[in-house]
Amino acid sequence: MLEGILIGLAAAITPFNLIMVVAGCLIGTIIGMLPGLGPMSIIAIMIPVAISIGDPTSALILLSGVYYGAIFGGSTSSILLNAPGVAGTVATSFDGYPLARKGQAGKALTIAAIASFSGGTIGVILLMIFAPALSSVALLFHSAEYFALMVVGLSAIAAFAGTGQVGKALMMTLLGLMLGTVGEGALSNTPRFTFGVMELQSGFSFITLAMAMFALPEALFLVMNPARSAQAAATGKITGLRITRKEARTIAPVIGRQSLQGFFIGVLPGAGATIASFLGYAVERNLATKEEQEEFGKGSIKGLAAPETANNAACTGSFVPLLTLGIPGSGTTAILLGALISLNVTPGPRLMTDEPDVFWAVIISMFIGNLVLLILNLPLIPYIAKILSIPRNYLIPFILFFTLMGSYIGQNNSTELLILVAFGVIATILRFADYPLAPLLIGFILGTMLEDNFARAMQLYRGFDFILERPMTLALLVIAALLVVLPSYRARRARLRAKGVADGD
Amino acid sequence: MALDRWIALAFVAMCCVYGYAAFFTMDDLLPPILQRNPIWPSTFPKILAVAGIIVGMLVLFGPKPATKEKVEDDAVIDLSRLGDYHIWQAASLLLAMVGYAIVLRPFGFLAATVSFLVVGAAILGERKFYILIPVAAIAAGVIWYLVQEVLGIFLSPLPAFL
Repeated sequence: MLEGILIGLAAAITPFNLIMVVAGCLIGTIIGMLPGLGPMSIIAIMIPVAISIGDPTSALILLSGVYYGAIFGGSTSSILLNAPGVAGTVATSFDGYPLARKGQAGKALTIAAIASFSGGTIGVILLMIFAPALSSVALLFHSAEYFALMVVGLSAIAAFAGTGQVGKALMMTLLGLMLGTVGEGALSNTPRFTFGVMELQSGFSFITLAMAMFALPEALFLVMNPARSAQAAATGKITGLRITRKEARTIAPVIGRQSLQGFFIGVLPGAGATIASFLGYAVERNLATKEEQEEFGKGSIKGLAAPETANNAACTGSFVPLLTLGIPGSGTTAILLGALISLNVTPGPRLMTDEPDVFWAVIISMFIGNLVLLILNLPLIPYIAKILSIPRNYLIPFILFFTLMGSYIGQNNSTELLILVAFGVIATILRFADYPLAPLLIGFILGTMLEDNFARAMQLYRGFDFILERPMTLALLVIAALLVVLPSYRARRARLRAKGVADGD
Repeated sequence: MALDRWIALAFVAMCCVYGYAAFFTMDDLLPPILQRNPIWPSTFPKILAVAGIIVGMLVLFGPKPATKEKVEDDAVIDLSRLGDYHIWQAASLLLAMVGYAIVLRPFGFLAATVSFLVVGAAILGERKFYILIPVAAIAAGVIWYLVQEVLGIFLSPLPAFL
């Protein structure tokens, strides 16, 4: 591992890559603070920039800096405005906003920054331990297992993501897979489902799809409902960034526990930062003493440190399946996977052996990114927070313009913009009806890989026999089926019980 | 019928079209040599179409989900009060985006972008054009410079006839 760390250090500490980390963190913080732009939209907007850098290491360093910065920026607006820009920082506003209203905004921001830093750093250490171990196991996998593993990932995402309605999430996953089959397949080079339209020959661009699924509906919601932009005046100066030694001692155990818990929740596909932060908040509340429990929700520093640590640790955790198996566990890592593929890097168990510099440089740059957020962004926050006072009449046209630019630069084709608007409208309608959109994007990105591995397994075993002949494949597929069926079965039982009907067991 | 079921119905219909294309039209183009392959380009879409129809039907005819407690929150969009929202502004902005896609090539990046930003802000109710137009012009210029000169991606700045 030491050798790897040295390789990573050598690659990450070049002046250019250091600039990338700093730039990524700053851009992420600034944009992440704006309401309506979460990490997914920001990374999607930054992808054309990252791709034009050309070097996969620098590009990935930039994008992970943006990711961290966006989460940090999201907590800033949760604390100052009670307007979380990101779902993962909603729990932060429970105690962060009351603290800010008490005039302790500076202290709240410091605690958030320290908690994020510790959560992120401990997460990276765990990633360094677990990723190599997991990827040596993953090397034993054949294409049949890969196929089954991706099915497990997709059904786990459908089971855990979204609003708890497995059917809807599954439907979106399938829609994503279908969209992924449009265009020339890797299998035969015959165009499929293009309906004779030339522009569809190469399939849908995933940047366009990502913009249309996340940035565009969010911007439209901001337009339709002005209350959502909550320009609740970032009032007053932010002072008193220091915390006392007693406070540090109070939050230390919270940070320790939540780093571990958050990381392991982040590793699970479909769970991610949002669930980790809510669960972290709930667990710490139950562990606290009676008097401390009273404080929760009214400005408890423990209640602020817990979700902040957990969401950053979970962000790091979500890199484990991405880097070792090549399977994204969340919408954000799915977008990162798409960016990696465009840069000619295929994440998976071979990444560590084939391109150790990419792998380790990313891990080292996560350390640096955390450090940058702590020592550079924290003092700058009072100034960066000024961006929150941009009037929405200016903000919204610019957000829309950036989504347009993002998908235009990628393809240099204005038909792409029409596709963007069309998908944006569809995505907005789907959001109205409570359909989760992350499964759609993950399905779209995994679709090609899923089909390739499926095809390879079919060719090796001359048909569907591979399912029965390889016990691991069968076991994984059974797990996938259980993941989908169990939640609906439990919901059914709960419904029957609610009706007062006795159930059969 | 609630909106989510209408969507499920549309999804099932889409799966039928998709499935029809996969089952009945795609294999005709397949060269004979590839027909001896255990997997055809249409195999995976066929599986997807069948799975899609099953899942769509389940959502369509499935039981109503347990109604959640209504959360009184201004930031959540309540579909039953759709008329209260600025839906026309959103629709006009979408139209402006379509317009941008159409004029981007003929008008060039700079003119198209400045007019999109100005029109967008005007739709949202901005009336201080003496601030708005310079801001939009500077932004368009800076972004063009960043994309073309720094990133090296070609973006034709001027109208097509110049």
